[in-house]
Order: sequence, then structure tokens, then C-alpha cells
Amino acid sequence: MQAAPALALEHITVTFVSEGAARFTAIRDATLVVRPGEFVSVVGPTGCGKSTLLNIAAGLLTPSAGSVRVFGEPLAGLNRNSGYLFQTEALLPWRTALDNVTIGLEFRGLAREVAVRQAEGWLLRVGLRGHGHRYPHQLSGGMRKRVALAQTLILDPQIILMDEPFSALDIQTRQLMENELLELWSANRKSVVFITHDLEEAISLSDRVVVLSAGPEARPIGEYEIDLPRPRDVAEIRLTPRFIELHTKIWQTMKQEVLKGYEQQKNQ
Amino acid sequence: MNSRRTSRHLRLWQVLIVAGLFTIWHVTTHPTLLPPLYFDNPNKAAFFFGQPLEVLSRVWIWFSSGSIYEHLWVTLLETVLAFAIGTVSGLVVGLWLALSPTAAALFDPYIKAVNSMPRVILAPIFGVWFGLGMASKVALGVTLVFFIVFFNVYQGVREVSHTVLANARVLGASERQLLRHVYVPSAMSWVFASLHNSVGLAFVGAVVGEYLGSSRGVGYLILQAEGTFDINSVFAGILVLTAFALVLDGIVTLAERRLMLWQPRSGETERI
Ligand SMILES: Nc1ncnc2c1ncn2[C@@H]1O[C@H](COP(=O)(O)OP(=O)(O)OP(=O)(O)O)[C@@H](O)[C@H]1O
Ligand SMILES: [Mg+2]
Repeated sequence: MQAAPALALEHITVTFVSEGAARFTAIRDATLVVRPGEFVSVVGPTGCGKSTLLNIAAGLLTPSAGSVRVFGEPLAGLNRNSGYLFQTEALLPWRTALDNVTIGLEFRGLAREVAVRQAEGWLLRVGLRGHGHRYPHQLSGGMRKRVALAQTLILDPQIILMDEPFSALDIQTRQLMENELLELWSANRKSVVFITHDLEEAISLSDRVVVLSAGPEARPIGEYEIDLPRPRDVAEIRLTPRFIELHTKIWQTMKQEVLKGYEQQKNQ
Repeated sequence: MNSRRTSRHLRLWQVLIVAGLFTIWHVTTHPTLLPPLYFDNPNKAAFFFGQPLEVLSRVWIWFSSGSIYEHLWVTLLETVLAFAIGTVSGLVVGLWLALSPTAAALFDPYIKAVNSMPRVILAPIFGVWFGLGMASKVALGVTLVFFIVFFNVYQGVREVSHTVLANARVLGASERQLLRHVYVPSAMSWVFASLHNSVGLAFVGAVVGEYLGSSRGVGYLILQAEGTFDINSVFAGILVLTAFALVLDGIVTLAERRLMLWQPRSGETERI
């Protein structure tokens, strides 16, 4: 028998109801299965429901229909097996970088000294040694993302959910961070769901790329295994013929959706 | 431009303005220094407006004889107690109501009503309930401070970023840990933002309370002086109160700097 998937979202439908507005079905009948240790990227046009899907996986949002299973168990409430890197600022502004990294361990009741020692190790790993005493507003956007990364990974979650973690960074920093992420991930293979709207980023990082259709009623419309060899360098791999081949193939599917999504938002 | 020099110039001008005001005060009230401007009797100006030299010497006597310290101490104690009790109760009630919408909905009209009531009116009632000692002044200050803190805490809890809250939950915070590590710090930032206001009101409560009936405190000194038409002592009392309020405000500013490190301030770069 095959091991249960780390994360199985099956036939998920999400309908938002808000006062004074029509009901809005962001996702309809979406299925996404992630194997243990697999790196899956989800790409799709802006506003199609990528963050919504991730909120479902984290247990922050209950789907209107469909089931969520984590390692075979139905999910009720928060997903205790997952770490979540949010799209927007999520650090606690009143805690220093170091204290932000330790907080998960403190919630679990670890002694402060132990937590601090581990957190210092993580700050080192994300390249922020010596910045631990700074408050979030004293860090650059990229540094804050790295603190958030350390904050999530220090808890060693079995499933890592990442919502466009690098989209605010310049291209050089971004590639550095992508390589760092791959290195961290390959040292200790966890399941990753990586949201992005950048197809190149998706291909260069993942084992599999899932394309979502434009919203409303978004659903996956294509899945592509990425058979590029590992370890990878995200900058170099973009120049290989296989990468370009995959990119062309996936882009064929994505292009229409991006145009559709753009038209929809323009006409709203 | 050199900012050090600008601020020194500023200080110089500020001192000059005070000196100027005192000079005008002196010249217009000193009997027979100027021909009478408005009053027919040369002593009347001094009677109504006091004389700066007299006022200053009164202040000097109070401090050199040490008789003022007892009164200052009472007023200070009342202010601090009113501030502490008002802040803690505002914090607790604010957190409670902000975190339980049913209670908030239930009490909303009462809170609005009590808040719009001119609460200084309560001073005589507190005098009856708590006597003429410190307790009635503290009670008045508490009613003033409580609402400031309460509304700020309420606001602070509601303004907690959705993402920060979700993040803390995902990182494993229990409800109590959420309260301690997310809601309270966020609420405290609003409380600190209103610190000047609430300390000021605690002070107002103390002085007004003393003024309306007491046997000690700076407000009492002023009340007594007014009873004997000793205008110079009234002004001396006001002067002492003003200086006292400035000192309190300075302490608040220092506390703010220490406690609000995590908040972005404009102009944090150092000029070299
Ligand atoms: N709480 C909500 N109530 C109503 N509609 C919502 C809510 N949250 C999201 N939506 C809608 O659902 C759709 C999907 O939103 P979502 O944030 O998941 O998009 P996204 O794919 O992450 O976009 P982006 O790439 O810009 O981050 C959007 O049209 C959005 O307006
Ligand atoms: Mg999003």
C-alpha cells in the first residue's frame, strides 16, 4: 500500500458570502494532492484563489464543500502539521527578529534559552546573523521575509505552505533565496506547497507544477511533472533546453487564463 | 543648517518670551510704576492680577520652608493612584469587551452614556461617598482616565492585523497565549499613545477634587488662598501646578521612548 498523501484537498469549493454583496464562488471542485517530501508549485493569474486554497490547507478557512486530509486524517480546525508563510506581513511588530523566531517554540513551552539557541542557528541559516535585536520595521522587506521563513521552519513542520514568499524581492535576492530554500528543503525533505504567479520560479523549484484557471470558480486545469535533475541552481537551470521546453508547454495553458483573468478584472 | 544651533536659538527665544511676559506683568501691576491705565486706584491692578515678584517669593518661601512638599506629595500620590487604577481597569474591561462581542453589544449604550456624562460633576458625590481624603480625588481621576484607556484598548484589539493573528495561531498559540502575545501588546501600543492624555487627566482629577474640598494638596492651597483673596498665593499655586505637570509630562515622554522601541518613528537617521 502506498503511504497516505501529506495533503489531500479533494473537490474543494469555496463560496464567500459577505453582507451586501452577491455570493462569490472563488474555487469550484478543486483537487490537489501532495505526496510526502514533494515540492508542488501552484501558479495562476492574480485573484484566482491561490491564497484561498492555501488558507484551506492551513485550516484557517473551512471549505464550503469538499474534504481536506492531512496524512490520511480528515482536518478539523487548524492544521497542526503545517507551517505557513503568509503573502503579507505577518511578523509580530512588537517583537525583535530573534523573538519572532523563538515565538513558536515558546508557544510549545520550550525553555527560553533553548529557544534562543535554536533561533540563533536559524537566523544564521537565513543570513541574518547580527540582526536578531532589530524590530521588523528596522529590517528590509527581504530581511523580513527571511525572518518569517526562519519563524516557520524552526518548528520543523511536515508540510510547508508558502504564499508568494519572494514576489516582493528583486530578482538577484530572489534567486539567492530560492537557492537557499532548495538547499534547506533538500537537507530535510518536507512537503511544500509553493504559491507563485511566476512560472519560471515554479518550474525551477518544483517537482510538479499545478496551473489554476482564472477566477471565479477557479480549479486546476493542468499538472506537469518537472523532471529536471536535482540539485538545481535556479539561475542556471533556466537556460537548459528541457526547462525551456517545459516552460513553453505550461505557458500554452497558462496564457489563455492570464488573459482571461486580466479581461475580467478590467471589466469589473 | 546645524540643528544643535537651531535648538539652542529656540531655547534662548523661549526663555526671552517668558522673561518678557513676566516683565510686562511686573510693569503693569507694580503700584505707581506706570500711571494708572484702567483702574482708578494704583493698588487695584496688583489686587486683581498679583505681582510676579510677590508670586515668586511665595513659591520660594514654600520650597525653602518645606511646607509645600506635603501638599505636592499628596497631589502626586493621588495622580499616580488614579492613573494606575484607571489604566489597569480600562485595560481589563477594554480587553474583555473587545474579545466578547456579546458583552460589547450589551454594554454599548451604557458605556456611551457614562462617557458623555460630564464626570467632573461627580466630584461632590465622591466627596460624600469617600470623604474629603485622598480616596475621593483618586475616584474622580479614575473615572477620567478609565474611559481614555478603555477606548484605546478597545480600538487596539480591533486593529490587530488579521494576518498577524492568523500567523500566531498557525505558530501554535493557545487562546491565552494569543491574549498575552498579540492582543495585549497591540492594545498597549494604543494605551501608550494616549499616555500623555491619561496622565494629564489623572492630574486634573486630583487637583479639581482637592479644589472642591480637601485638607491637603496643591489644589487645597489654591482654594485656601482664594478664600482670603490672596491672589499672589493663587498664582504661586498655579505656577507650581504647571511646573509639576510639565515634569510629569517629561517623565511620560521618557517612559514612552523606553517602551515603544518597536514602533517606527519618523527621522530615525543620525546626521554625521
Ligand atoms: N474573505 C473574502 N470575502 C470575499 N471574497 C474574497 C475573500 N477572500 C478572497 N476573496 C476573493 O476570492 C478571490 C481569490 O482571492 P485570493 O486572495 O485567493 O487570490 P490570489 O490568487 O491569492 O491572488 P493574488 O495572486 O493576487 O494574491 C478574489 O477574487 C477575492 O476577491
Ligand atoms: Mg494571494
